Amino acid sequence: MDLYDDDFTGDGHWAFGTGFRDPLDGVPMTPASPELAERCLALGDDALVMSHRIQEWCTRAPELEDEVALANIALDLLGQARLLLARTGRDEDALAFHREAAGFRNVRLAEVRNGDFAHLVVRLLVFSTWRLAVLERLRGDPDPVLAAIADKGVKEVAYHRDYAARWTIMLGDGTEHSRERMERALADLWPLVGELFTRDPDLRAGFDAVIGEVLARATLKVPAGTAPPGPRGDDLAELLAEMQGVARSLPEATW
Amino acid sequence: MVTAREVAETVTDPELPQLTLADLGVLRDVAERDGRVTVTITPTYTGCPALDTMRDDLVRRLTEAGFAGVDVRIALSPAWSSDQITAAGRRKLAAAGIAPPGRAPRPPAGPVPLTLGPTRTAACPRCGSPDTEELSEFGATACRALRRCRSCREPFDHFKEI
Repeated sequence: MDLYDDDFTGDGHWAFGTGFRDPLDGVPMTPASPELAERCLALGDDALVMSHRIQEWCTRAPELEDEVALANIALDLLGQARLLLARTGRDEDALAFHREAAGFRNVRLAEVRNGDFAHLVVRLLVFSTWRLAVLERLRGDPDPVLAAIADKGVKEVAYHRDYAARWTIMLGDGTEHSRERMERALADLWPLVGELFTRDPDLRAGFDAVIGEVLARATLKVPAGTAPPGPRGDDLAELLAEMQGVARSLPEATW
Repeated sequence: MVTAREVAETVTDPELPQLTLADLGVLRDVAERDGRVTVTITPTYTGCPALDTMRDDLVRRLTEAGFAGVDVRIALSPAWSSDQITAAGRRKLAAAGIAPPGRAPRPPAGPVPLTLGPTRTAACPRCGSPDTEELSEFGATACRALRRCRSCREPFDHFKEI
């Protein structure tokens, strides 16, 4: 059999190439209002960009179990991103692969370049704790599709947060070296926390309580003071150059 | 004559072929009306890449069985829970060496509390020993965790409670 003939690609089992259907295909819904579309775009971009940064850890994690854990977390976020981007009413692939950095609505915490494993743990702890609070609230959103996505997301992101929290305790309350790395990661990432609460400032107290509990168990301190973050670098543009490279150079390709 | 429901109930999960979609509780509804069939399924995890394959398999099996028009709808709500796996599904999981899930925690109305240590338990599907430990909360697929039996020392998959 010729590997390139149509029977091979059209047998219905070749699910992991192009030609994915819209993930909301078959879901009954009304058109998204501009406000809902903007909200879903931001939440979808956070998930997409954070998922990509976690995917960059594949083959680099300290142990096989963490390799599998991180791949699963990235996959959960990618699934959330697909649904949320589709809920904007626009084409998910066009949004993911044919959009400039300036059009992305993600928070900076999701896009900054990866550092060491401590950096990943702190970023995942902060991101998941915040996102969990946002999704918990959105379970009651008037849009039933967004509410359903949030309801499912809560179960997933709670796992992600607890995974990061356990690593935070292990490394913070670990060796002198691991503790030093965690302190550095906290100092690096903490200036990006403020932006997370621009939209829902009232979620900050709950976030602080959870982070405070985890850091206390890890014998780490919440960084004092909130230095303003430095200027936004080209981290996202660099990430997109890699993520969008194939789709942009071969826009008609299918496999 | 076979009904569309009977046909749909034979379609298996692409990643757990021992179980049907009905065993997993993923098959929510099969309705026949004016010669068309509408099948409603629900995803287990949001990012589950098997959903497209499930949809294709349902359409193909029903088309082969003589049903001309088949629509597959996706129900996102109420969210799937491992509690929806049937008794037959649980037996098939155990027979395949995968510890079936216990009762899923009730989702709190407010914030989800932190869990800082392993809380799940599962008996070894090979030797039955309850003395097992969690190796990783994340396993070969999104729905499984990896455990090891302290009695027979064999690692095994555990279908997570969600």
